[in-house]
Amino acid sequence: MTTLPQEPVPAPSPSIETRSTKPRWASLRGINASDRIYKGVLTVLALTLPLLIVALFVQLFVSALPAIKRFGPSFLWTSTWDPVAEIYGAAPMIFGTLASSLIALLIAVPLALGVAIFLTEFAPRWVRQPVAFLVEMLAAIPSVVYGLWGVFVLIPFLRSYVVPPLKAVLGWTPFFQGVFYGNSLLAGGIILAIMIVPYIAAVSREVLLAVPASQREAALGMGATRWEAVWTAVLPYGRAGLIGAIILGLGRALGETMAVTMVIGNRHDISLSALQPAYTMAAAIANEFSEATTSLYQSALAEVALILFVITIVVNALARILIWRVARGAAVGSKAL
Amino acid sequence: MRKLTSALMTAVVALMAFTAVLALLLIVGDLIAKGASSIDWAFFTKSPVPAGETGGGVANAIVGTGIIVGLAALIGLPIGIGAGLFLAEYGSGRLGFLVRFIADVLNGTPSIVIGIFAWTWMVKPVGRFSALAGSGALAILMIPMIARTTEEMVRLVPHSLREAALALGYPRWRTSLRVVARTALGGIVTGCLVGIARVAGETAPLLFTALGNLNFTTNVAQPMQTLSLQIYVYATGPFDEWHRMAWAAALVLMALVLVLALVARWVTRQRYGRVR
Repeated sequence: MTTLPQEPVPAPSPSIETRSTKPRWASLRGINASDRIYKGVLTVLALTLPLLIVALFVQLFVSALPAIKRFGPSFLWTSTWDPVAEIYGAAPMIFGTLASSLIALLIAVPLALGVAIFLTEFAPRWVRQPVAFLVEMLAAIPSVVYGLWGVFVLIPFLRSYVVPPLKAVLGWTPFFQGVFYGNSLLAGGIILAIMIVPYIAAVSREVLLAVPASQREAALGMGATRWEAVWTAVLPYGRAGLIGAIILGLGRALGETMAVTMVIGNRHDISLSALQPAYTMAAAIANEFSEATTSLYQSALAEVALILFVITIVVNALARILIWRVARGAAVGSKAL
Repeated sequence: MRKLTSALMTAVVALMAFTAVLALLLIVGDLIAKGASSIDWAFFTKSPVPAGETGGGVANAIVGTGIIVGLAALIGLPIGIGAGLFLAEYGSGRLGFLVRFIADVLNGTPSIVIGIFAWTWMVKPVGRFSALAGSGALAILMIPMIARTTEEMVRLVPHSLREAALALGYPRWRTSLRVVARTALGGIVTGCLVGIARVAGETAPLLFTALGNLNFTTNVAQPMQTLSLQIYVYATGPFDEWHRMAWAAALVLMALVLVLALVARWVTRQRYGRVR
């Protein structure tokens, strides 16, 4: 029989030896100096994130202050944008941003939810991983490449094959009036739709995967068909998360810049027709900021950026809260490259 | 009837999945069809020629992308990884919740807004556009992304490993760095690659920071070209020759991003097997 050592077995690490004056368990409680330093450094690094969001807001607000003072709240509903006369109103851009995002959601939501439902509920197992990967790859394509594709492939396609039948059937509505030149709200909305499908699909998929199998089994056990199980049990269970996923996609669409700038036509004008050129807030900043010569011009664009920033923050915060309610704490969507 | 509805809806959602995949294949197919023929040796080794002439390449943009993204990674990765480690190790409290939430919200902030921010802080005071300002903007974009993926990867490390190290008398910081972070290294590297791939394709935050430059330069205090900026200029320009170059540059950029993403996926697969 071996005698028990009087002291605990010495740890293999030499650094422990150098601190032998302290009780050994001190390190476990995290009260020694190096642990405090480590935690301190990490905390400081983590604090850059809250700091960043505050700095962004304050900086944009300060930059926008001259415009805010000059135009007041009427900036939001004035539709004149005249750099020569120094009169600025963001109404056309706000309208264009909302309208293009709405078109994008109309197309992307059914598509993305369809993808998510297919991948979680119906697809054969060997199909799931590759298809999920390919759809997520849509998020990896740079915005400017989408823009290039939109200009040279999508717009000619719309002009030859989509707009003529659309005008023939729905030409009497206010939404499809006027001559189609290519760069238009419609083109912007479609490009945006393709760009946000991967986000909505990836998050919805994770939400649906988080729905307990018992929900499905219960519905199936009561004699529901597979679709009825999805429709009556799975989707209602994940509803908050799915709405969160859609709002997350909306946030992406609102702030998307390059692709939209390249296809939406960039005209300061409010037109209900999807065939007419429009403008978005992000596109206006991208187009005009480097040409903004006067400080009031720059300030007006900074105010546009501030509005965009606040809107996307609210939208994203809302989306996160909804998603967290279903898939608690998970960084859903981060896997969608 | 109910069986029919079920079968029909199955077909509908399958069709939707097919449509989404088709969109990707169409875009990549067009890139290859329109871009591949313009890629030759000169494309990688020469800088652009004046408008109207044929030939030339995008060597300046490729090098510029490397420098700007590299610098951004140098700034953004340490902060992002540190913040991610914080979230994984000490992130259970109120501060952790706040940081996690802000990281998620910042992830959705339009990059053009970051561009204005970087312009105000790094271009306006100096009075000149610079590659450095572009790197700053991209670093800001990277931090929340890297922080969240790092956290996720570190959380995948089994708790027993951490307990074993602590039981051996390792202090927390050594446990965290030598055992936990080391085990999660593959995942962290993956997250970094994904982050780099994402910002490498960014254009909006560079418009009024790095600005673009038709000449070859490695001076980070000067305006510098990137592939994304070059594509934007060429695609919106009036010349057919430019459009041809835009497609080729887009193919190169896309290949770059895809390779990074595939490597990332491969690393994850090696380490953790199939992630759901």
